[in-house]
Amino acid sequence: MPLDSKIPSGPMAEKWSKHKQDSKLINPKNKRKYTVLVVGSGLAGSSAAATLAELGYQVKCFCFQDSPRRAHSIAAQGGINAAKNYQNDGDSVHRLFYDTVKGGDFRAREANVHRLAEESINIIDQCAAQGVPFAREYGGGLANRSFGGAQVSRTFYARGQTGQQLLLGAYSALNKEIARGSVKMYPRTEMLDVVVVDGHAKGIITRDLVTGKIESHAGDTVLLCSGGYGNVFYLSTNAMGCNVTATWRAHRKGAYFANPCYTQIHPTCIPVSGDYQSKLTLMSESLRNDGRVWAPKNAADCGKAPHEIPEEARDYYLERKYPSFGNLAPRDISSRAAKEVCDEGRGVGPGGRGVYLDFAESIQQFSQKTIAERYGNLFDMYERITGESAYKQPMRIYPAVHYTMGGLWVDYNLMSNLPGLHVLGEANFSDHGANRLGASALMQGLADGYFVIPTTIAPYLVTQSPGSVTTSHPEFKKALEEAHARTSRLLNIKGKRSVDSFHRELGLLVWDKCGMARDRAGLTEALQRIPELREEFWNNVTVPGSGEAANPELEKAGRVADFMEFAELLCLDALNREESCGGHFRTEHQYPDGEAKRDDENYSYAAAWEYTGDLANPILNKEQLTFEEVHLAVRSYK
Amino acid sequence: MSLLNLQLKVWRQNKGQTGRFQDIEARDIPDHASFLEMMDIVNERLIQKGEEPVAFDHDCREGICGMCSMTINGMPHGPEKATTTCQLHMRKFRTGDTIWIEPFRARAFPVIKDLMVDRSAFDRIQQAGGFVTVRTGSAPDANSILIGKDIADAAMDAAACIGCGACVAACKNASAMLFVSAKAGQLNSLPQGQPEKTKRTLGMVRQMDKEGFGNCTNQYECEAACPKEISVRWITKLNRDYAVATVHEAFGGGVERSEGGE
Repeated sequence: MPLDSKIPSGPMAEKWSKHKQDSKLINPKNKRKYTVLVVGSGLAGSSAAATLAELGYQVKCFCFQDSPRRAHSIAAQGGINAAKNYQNDGDSVHRLFYDTVKGGDFRAREANVHRLAEESINIIDQCAAQGVPFAREYGGGLANRSFGGAQVSRTFYARGQTGQQLLLGAYSALNKEIARGSVKMYPRTEMLDVVVVDGHAKGIITRDLVTGKIESHAGDTVLLCSGGYGNVFYLSTNAMGCNVTATWRAHRKGAYFANPCYTQIHPTCIPVSGDYQSKLTLMSESLRNDGRVWAPKNAADCGKAPHEIPEEARDYYLERKYPSFGNLAPRDISSRAAKEVCDEGRGVGPGGRGVYLDFAESIQQFSQKTIAERYGNLFDMYERITGESAYKQPMRIYPAVHYTMGGLWVDYNLMSNLPGLHVLGEANFSDHGANRLGASALMQGLADGYFVIPTTIAPYLVTQSPGSVTTSHPEFKKALEEAHARTSRLLNIKGKRSVDSFHRELGLLVWDKCGMARDRAGLTEALQRIPELREEFWNNVTVPGSGEAANPELEKAGRVADFMEFAELLCLDALNREESCGGHFRTEHQYPDGEAKRDDENYSYAAAWEYTGDLANPILNKEQLTFEEVHLAVRSYK
Repeated sequence: MSLLNLQLKVWRQNKGQTGRFQDIEARDIPDHASFLEMMDIVNERLIQKGEEPVAFDHDCREGICGMCSMTINGMPHGPEKATTTCQLHMRKFRTGDTIWIEPFRARAFPVIKDLMVDRSAFDRIQQAGGFVTVRTGSAPDANSILIGKDIADAAMDAAACIGCGACVAACKNASAMLFVSAKAGQLNSLPQGQPEKTKRTLGMVRQMDKEGFGNCTNQYECEAACPKEISVRWITKLNRDYAVATVHEAFGGGVERSEGGE
């Protein structure tokens, strides 16, 4: 099927205003006849649910956590970008747009990114008006900090917990609408499937995680705001519950999954300490404003305490390799540089997988008090986890899976190729290309929810007669039966291995073969082993307890079963893409100095995979990327 | 890294039934593991023995989502100051220790299963006024609302609350005053929150009472248990705001009307 991205015509800077002007409207009286189902309550889900309810739509919102405030957007630390140019340092919508397209290694859709940069300004206004306590200057105006991949200071922040504060803002807007009766909230409720009626997404199947009850919900459109798939690697900075189920189930029902191989590895995380490890903890990228990254020049020094290694024996490799961006080089580049250093045997800490992030110079320059004011909570967190104080010795850091740029394919209206299915935030593929810049995830989630979908949902809904499909339709009955059957199948395998043991094995395999660096041999091997592991899972997993009550093991089993299928597509996509770009680094494709080598002639497209029923043979659909504004170039941060 | 041998006393309960403590031996626990990773190891072994694992709430495991909620040796989130259960590490325990693990106990937090409790009362309190009514798209330029750094910092102190409920679990009266005062206090301190201050204060306090939380008797266990170190000074502010709000309410909302009725 040809992919129509529905990019509006006209000059780049006018596309979005023109599109808003041309979009059909629904009158207020008719809006309340439409029901919108929102899956997920993070920044994208909460902001969309609240805003659509304000407009008059009937909204049902679902989250698996016990409160919408706990969605994983809460954990974002560093900040949110906006082209406000409050610093008078030359920032503009165009510059934010340009930085984001370049940061994404020229694999994003220009028109979407430009819209994102335009809306960034409105997001800050909206959040400030909600009472989000952004950091401020003494004069009362908003403060900014710098982030990776940019030479202007455009990041707004709330101490080290910008995600929590923005989510609490969106959650408060959601609460306002719940109180008004315009949003019905379903916490502790997980989506198990999408229901498709006559080729349109018209409902979902859910499981109540307290009672175990499996139910149907019908609506006029479905919004998936269910986040990314980073937990396919088992160890990641994602919350334990983050999963691919909502998007994967939609994929199985016809929605194309785009660019799954674009996974972001965050350079500054606390290294793995043992095999009991359940997750990895991020140390905000903002630390790189004041910390210097280094490793010993000589492998022989790795066992020494850091203070015993003299200045001349230290390799500040980011400053050396990327003099103009230095420690603020983008995430993919910084991560790979750390891996190279460790591969050369110059890593520090347990297993030699770590480099230093050193604050000694900044503490000397500004005082420990100033550093504590900026990053105190991060230093405390580091000490709780490692038992070491970063005021006294450098932090040990290593890259970890953090964010996924790939996701369900959407057009300019954020609608997937499956009509009626809209996808927002990290769950879609649209804005970050092959690599996301720091402080841009919060921006995208809120832009999609507050400002894009409220406009772009109408063109679909006007074509639909509201409430025309109800849960009495046979497709709902069928989907409900399938969900029941799958649950009882999982409960009745009664094998020997726990769900976690399978998840861990899958994660290690995918990290090893499809992590920071990938090659044909490794991916081919993974593609052979994943189906074997999946088969063992379905024959040998054990899920204790019953389906008729709270059962966390059953929840995990369903999610891991979907990761087992998704992992294969991830590796297939990585194998197909014979180039290196952003978060996707194929060792066969690099310049002599180790930099990623893109192939614009052959791979300047978004790979949108179509489910065929045969997991090993999905159909590849291509959306060719065209660049009108940004000149394609080798992405250099030197 | 060293290994610990521990004796656990874990609360087991199914919804609607009475609960009990179960003795579980936890041997060879790495001291670098987090408390929840210790629970993962224990659960893995229970599964291997064909028993049902211990159900507990958790998600981000980095101390910000507020989902984890265990009372450890009588203290919500355990013995470490300013630390959630997920950020508590086993190096804070010694081999041979007996550890009591219970849910957050409060009438307003009914047990769902084992260590999982229902904290939806907190959501309902915030729905009763914990917001600024501003339609999306109607906000003025962010820098048109100037807020002094001291006020912004104070609001941020209150906003750091993660809504975990440790304050309630620590209180002998199961009072939710620290939580409610932080949530109301953040918005009541800021210029954006002034127009709805009276309504917010009354709405949130009354919903809190309706949910069955107890009264505050100023013992401050809440502050000691709070993983984000929210100060009890917010309770003082809420009491003050509440007193003013009731007066406003008694005298017609304190708004002068053009028809001159008041």
